[in-house]
Amino acid sequence: MYALLALIAGVAIGLFVHPTVPDWLSPYLPIAVVAALDAVFGGLRAKLDNIFDAKVFVISFVANVLVAAFIVFLGDQLGVGTQLSTAVVVVLGIRIFGNAAAIRRHIFKA
Amino acid sequence: MMTRSEQPEPAEPIETVAPVELDTIQQPPDEQKPVGPTASLERPATTALNRVVVALLCGLLGFAVVLQVQRTASGDTLQTARPDDLVQILDGLQRREDDLNVEIAELQDTLGRLQRSGASSAEALAEADRQAEALGILTGRVPATGPGVIIEISDPDRRIPPEVMLDAIQELRNAGAEAFQVGAVRVGVDSAFTGSGGTITLDGVALVAPYRVTAIGDPPTLAAALAIPGGVLDTVRRAGGSMTVEQSDSVTIDALRPSRTPIYARPTE
Repeated sequence: MYALLALIAGVAIGLFVHPTVPDWLSPYLPIAVVAALDAVFGGLRAKLDNIFDAKVFVISFVANVLVAAFIVFLGDQLGVGTQLSTAVVVVLGIRIFGNAAAIRRHIFKA
Repeated sequence: MMTRSEQPEPAEPIETVAPVELDTIQQPPDEQKPVGPTASLERPATTALNRVVVALLCGLLGFAVVLQVQRTASGDTLQTARPDDLVQILDGLQRREDDLNVEIAELQDTLGRLQRSGASSAEALAEADRQAEALGILTGRVPATGPGVIIEISDPDRRIPPEVMLDAIQELRNAGAEAFQVGAVRVGVDSAFTGSGGTITLDGVALVAPYRVTAIGDPPTLAAALAIPGGVLDTVRRAGGSMTVEQSDSVTIDALRPSRTPIYARPTE
């Protein structure tokens, strides 16, 4: 519950503050957001499975974001940044879908 | 939170099931297993701290999502575009620029052509104006001014015949006069003196002595032409009249002839 409140608070802060994104961060931000979403969905599923551990969540969250950003960074250095970002988004998207399906089964029993 | 308190008890059964499905949290169970028993002792402290961290991360996610959405919505996508995409965009822009340049060249050609034809038609118009002026003076359609002479022929005995007036006009024309006016009548190419001595009519308008003739031309030449022996001056004197010739640098002929459209004659091509 408090996580959801914090999420809403973050959205509100973002809406009111209107910060500018530094240039070096701008290519990684979208990927990082998708990776973080993946971690949050995973955490939500774990919670429904009653195996949620905050430490695991935090580590997976940070690691997801860092790895995703690193992959994109590596892709940019190798000249395949666009393709690698697509790959990362696809993989994370599949995982999000899988977690969402598990969550759905928990909630709707179907 | 409640789940966490329950966590230790169902931990073992779930761990056996979980590894198959859970990718994201797959490792956690593995780590959890060893941690689980030991962690149960320090649970309260870690829970409070963990909550804060989890909330912080969730808040960060919300913040980042809004940030990214706003950035995407602002349309400032070129800044974040990759070199490949930028090259493609640049390519497209250059192609478009080439197309537009071709179009500009065509339009400039058209503009130049139109301007040239406009200039030549303006020249033709000016030439036509000049011709219209010359013909207007010749036919008496426009007023004229210039150096010339003003002649006054008095006829106290009313004996001067129309031939004398005609002679005077002919002499002046021979001497290079370009426009004439007798009394209030402009002399044109089809003018005619009619009547008899003392009652001279020019183009149907009765003239009254003294007759006043205005002619535009070289003043000395015109004056000399009238004064030649046996010429107009002599004839007028023989008829008992007198004639004065006044040379002037600027005489004005303001009488006009009505326009006449030829009925039969047509210009030959």
